[in-house]
Amino acid sequence: MRDVLAGLTFVGFGLAFAVVAASYEVGSALRMGPGYFPLVLGGLLAFLGVLIIAKGFLAGEGGPIGAVPWRALALILAAVLFFGLTVRGLGLVPSTFVTALMAAFASRRTGVVAALLISVGLTVLCVLVFVVALSLRLALLGPWLGA
Amino acid sequence: MDLLSNLALGAATALTPENLLWCFVGVLLGTLVGVLPGIGPTATIAMLLPITFKFEPVTALIMLAGIYYGAQYGGSTTAILINLPGESSSAVTAIDGHEMAKDGRAGPALATAAIGSFIAGTVATLVIVLFAPMLASIALSFGSAEFFSLVVLGLIASVALARGSTLKALAMIVLGLLLGTVGQDIYTGTPRFTFGARELFSGINFVSVAVGMFGVAEILRNLEDEKTRTVVARTVKGLWLSRKDIRAIIPSVARGTALGSALGVLPGAGHVLASFGSYSVEKRLSRRPQTFGHGAIEGVAGPESANNAAAQTSFIPLLTLGLPANPVMALMLGAFIIQGITPGPNVIVDEPALFWGLVVSMWVGNLLLVLLNLPLIGIWVKLLTVPYNVLFPAIVAFAAIGTYALNLNAFDVFAIAFFGILGYALIKLGCEPAPLLLGFVLGPLLEQHLRRALIISRGDPMVFLTRPISLALLVAAALAIAIAVLPSIRRKREVVFREEEAV
Repeated sequence: MRDVLAGLTFVGFGLAFAVVAASYEVGSALRMGPGYFPLVLGGLLAFLGVLIIAKGFLAGEGGPIGAVPWRALALILAAVLFFGLTVRGLGLVPSTFVTALMAAFASRRTGVVAALLISVGLTVLCVLVFVVALSLRLALLGPWLGA
Repeated sequence: MDLLSNLALGAATALTPENLLWCFVGVLLGTLVGVLPGIGPTATIAMLLPITFKFEPVTALIMLAGIYYGAQYGGSTTAILINLPGESSSAVTAIDGHEMAKDGRAGPALATAAIGSFIAGTVATLVIVLFAPMLASIALSFGSAEFFSLVVLGLIASVALARGSTLKALAMIVLGLLLGTVGQDIYTGTPRFTFGARELFSGINFVSVAVGMFGVAEILRNLEDEKTRTVVARTVKGLWLSRKDIRAIIPSVARGTALGSALGVLPGAGHVLASFGSYSVEKRLSRRPQTFGHGAIEGVAGPESANNAAAQTSFIPLLTLGLPANPVMALMLGAFIIQGITPGPNVIVDEPALFWGLVVSMWVGNLLLVLLNLPLIGIWVKLLTVPYNVLFPAIVAFAAIGTYALNLNAFDVFAIAFFGILGYALIKLGCEPAPLLLGFVLGPLLEQHLRRALIISRGDPMVFLTRPISLALLVAAALAIAIAVLPSIRRKREVVFREEEAV
């Protein structure tokens, strides 16, 4: 199951790259166009994917996939995306605080109080490191908050 | 003498107050992430890479290098005190080091690890001083055909020496190479795979890939099951070694250093192989092999020396050929590029202060590490109890801010999320992310040399086989792949890497 899925992933990526690459100028070995190298590699990746699938079927299952921490996955991705979406508008301080808070809740062991403490502490630390120590030009509060 | 004046130049560079300070910060951070399980040097360097672009090039590299070898020291502390390797290469140290700690001999075990690492680091720095200029001068005569074959060898050898399925690792390399083609084509300027996104014209941000694959994906893997760690020795006393201990470790340190220096140069998991190799050598040569696994001091001395020596010599291929031997070196390559320097044989000639300064700083850093690790061991023991649920939100926040700060571009932050989820999915499917990163970094180089070599040879692909050095490199690559799939050697590899996972 694991091998077959892995193989399918590679076949998918390989074909996608190859198809798009074929739409660029491919050229010849002497004068390779922009499409040549990715086309060859895409084909190679799809071929390797097929081999992995075949091996998965022949050798039986490649081990179980195991549990996926869905809650942590969703919260951490949301935290990263939130930061990207709001850092300019809200500014570094509120954006970092909410990002850290969402990330902190990804652990089942972190309660509300602990999560708030972690996020406040991290926000202070990040401002000290990035703004005070490294003097990066990041606005502490952004235009959305009237700053 | 040439060598002495070079070393003097290096010392003058490495010992400026600014460089000394950042070297110290680097080894301090390295020890810290080495001690803390769940965060390794790869994720740390990826996170801190954006911060260093404001530094002088040599300062940035000195600090990042310090993180890497500092982590080798810190990793052994965790291995000895809580039987959980902070670093994959210190997994083998946990076997006997932890037994020693349970016997109340944590002090001598830590001292052995630190002293062995220091001796190994010193010798390995000398190895770099002696061999790097030689290798660089050979590489100066390389043309595009040779460089193409060299990159092929580097990529394939990294597969042969890594753990897990060879096929999957090969596929990960090719996927990395493909991701590396995103962006404007170097010869024609055609935007490839950008789908109209302006942000992708200059390629996918290297820091986003590294932080996503090694930071976020690793956090998700750790959150699958959250465990509590128990520290065996809360206070460590008696760091001095007895005369008997010293006699026992001298030959082990010497053998470990030699083995590590040699294996570190190889692409792939050189330092992991070195520590496991050294452990089995010590066990075989010992007059009391039955004590191994029950607190044999040689079982700490050999592998610790080996992994530190290997960490040091893995800089050789990067500094002389521009070829990273492992993911950390791939990040160092990224650091060079961010600073506007192309790593390769020219560095030693064009930027002598940078090259020699970095080399000398490694020895200085090793000295700082001994001072940091032995007297301050109490602080590190306290840090072992920092829970992971405090640590990982910090990784997320630092990764996001650092990556954003590089170009003030939100797109790079979104890319972290994408590569985090891709990396985690691939890990779940049994594919290690390291080969992908190597492929991603080396992809543009591979394509550039391939195309240039074929233009020069008027489209004749035989050029790779008729030039002797290129042929030799390709034959070596073919051998590496044959070795990786040969049944007898594959079994041995599986044993080595299974032990690593079991610890």
